[in-house]
Amino acid sequence: MDLATFLIQCLNALQYGLLLFLVASGLTLIFGIMGVINLAHGSFYMMGAYMAYALAPIVASTFGGGFFATLLVGVVLAVILGYVLEWAFFSFLYTREHLQQVLMTYGLILVFEELRSLLVGDDVHGVEVPAFLAGTLPLGEMMTYPVYRLFISGVCVALALGMYVVFTRTRLGMMIRAGSANREMVQSLGVDIKFLYRVVFAAGMAIAVLAGMVAAPVSSVYPGMGDTVLIICFVVVVIGGIGSIRGALLAALLIGVVDTFGKVLLPQAAGVLVYVMMALILLWKPDGLFKAA
Amino acid sequence: MTHSRTLFVAACFGLLALFPMVAGNYGIDFVTKIMVYAIFALSLELLVGATGLVCFGQAAFFGIGAYATVLLSPQSDAPSIAWLLPACVVAAAAYALVVGSLSLRTKGVYFIMVTLAFAQMAYYVVHDTPLGGGTDGIYLMMKPVLGTALDLDKAGALYGFTLACLLLVFGGLAVLNRSRFGRALAGIRVNEQRMRATGFSTYPYKLAAFTISGGIAGLAGFLFAVKDGFVNPEMMSWHLSGAVLIMIILGGIGHLRGALIGAFAFALLQELFKSEAIFGTFAKHWHLGLGLAIIASVVFLPDGLVGLPGQIKARLMGGKNRGVTE
Repeated sequence: MDLATFLIQCLNALQYGLLLFLVASGLTLIFGIMGVINLAHGSFYMMGAYMAYALAPIVASTFGGGFFATLLVGVVLAVILGYVLEWAFFSFLYTREHLQQVLMTYGLILVFEELRSLLVGDDVHGVEVPAFLAGTLPLGEMMTYPVYRLFISGVCVALALGMYVVFTRTRLGMMIRAGSANREMVQSLGVDIKFLYRVVFAAGMAIAVLAGMVAAPVSSVYPGMGDTVLIICFVVVVIGGIGSIRGALLAALLIGVVDTFGKVLLPQAAGVLVYVMMALILLWKPDGLFKAA
Repeated sequence: MTHSRTLFVAACFGLLALFPMVAGNYGIDFVTKIMVYAIFALSLELLVGATGLVCFGQAAFFGIGAYATVLLSPQSDAPSIAWLLPACVVAAAAYALVVGSLSLRTKGVYFIMVTLAFAQMAYYVVHDTPLGGGTDGIYLMMKPVLGTALDLDKAGALYGFTLACLLLVFGGLAVLNRSRFGRALAGIRVNEQRMRATGFSTYPYKLAAFTISGGIAGLAGFLFAVKDGFVNPEMMSWHLSGAVLIMIILGGIGHLRGALIGAFAFALLQELFKSEAIFGTFAKHWHLGLGLAIIASVVFLPDGLVGLPGQIKARLMGGKNRGVTE
């Protein structure tokens, strides 16, 4: 492997890892704070990708188009949908057993997949990279790297920084951190925990949808795309330690590197590598790398 | 109450025994499949319901049982159940012993994910290596027999054999739950700390439960491979691990008959929503109906289908206990 290839693989690993982090951060928040094992989180990612495909023409005809306008509309829709979903399907489940929530979110996966099939169909679609990000950067003498992939990494880093600021510098972030540490205590201090849950759920969903929308041009859009992402994101969440954003970031980057370089160096064992890594890490640290506060 | 439960289970097995007299080939094949799933669900119920360990990799043991059936069978003549069945169960139980000994170091959600990880490893071994025919899977050339008495190539014989296995597993687990071992598992489920404090070394108990559970799942895998005459990597996928977990939650965790009811309810719901006679062209969107039915069951049946009679009773009695089950 020469230097340019190595660099390209590094960038790919970084981009994949950061994207995983985006989806997984919502999952780890919902998991850590609300205690909900949300199997439908992968469906949110799938919804985002399909939004990128299906919303673009609609946004183009109503608002005159634009890539960022589509992203904005998608995120707004996701926040509203997340808020409503939490109210309709989760708000009465917190006092029940965890496995009841698993059953509920499993039902939601089936419903979302089938609604997608009814609304958009079962075909695989490509999504075009916006014109102003369609170029490539030269890398070494022979290689080039697509600008759009760098853009994805940029979006992910910006969001990660945004989350960091919200968590460490704002009142809302403080309540969320406190909520993940001790739910009852936060409630007894007079925080409206129902509202907090709804905000966290809506935000988690919006981030997953955004990740799906941004990833759509490179991954294309296909049925069942949520499932694969879901399982890998759970791997990220547990390796990182449940509820820990920092852990999720580290775990996602680790998986990005192992998966990308695994595919290049050991193609026949690529699928299994991530799981071997997870098993080893959890046997070494049974609570993940960073246990949330 | 205990009486009515025993009666209910006896009635279920009675109906299953009588079913081949009225059913056609399709019906027999369909119910055989459900009974295999019921055995599979019972294996998981031992972990989730009895011991409180949520395993998300149960399909690995199922798949190993199935692959062992095909890989150990000779090409040219029919293998004997007498050695093939125990071999498959032992193969699955052996993998469960290894997985259990490592993954039981973790707890809760971490345990769920480590069991998933080990299942995915098994999945990728058969998926990516030539050992199990890769993604295409492999065929079972000759169905196993037991001397001249039993030929599992015949649908009726397989039905009877599966029913006998189901009865044996159900009865065995019922006895096990009432034994000292089963009581210890229940103690671990309720409060592992306290069990340790009273002098139980909980790890061997959990590991034994995990291994037995893997063996039972291997039995289900054997039956499934014999029924279809074919195995492929999908039998080890996490979708199947998830589906069987859904079955026991739907039926009601913590009751053996919940696994039985859950397997039947899940398969029948699938069949109902797939039926073109009822839903016409919409039947191809059967996931929607199944998903909505599952959501409805979460909303209306907090204790699974097993809790339904209690709920109805409470509703009929009226008063304060409305909608609340014991």
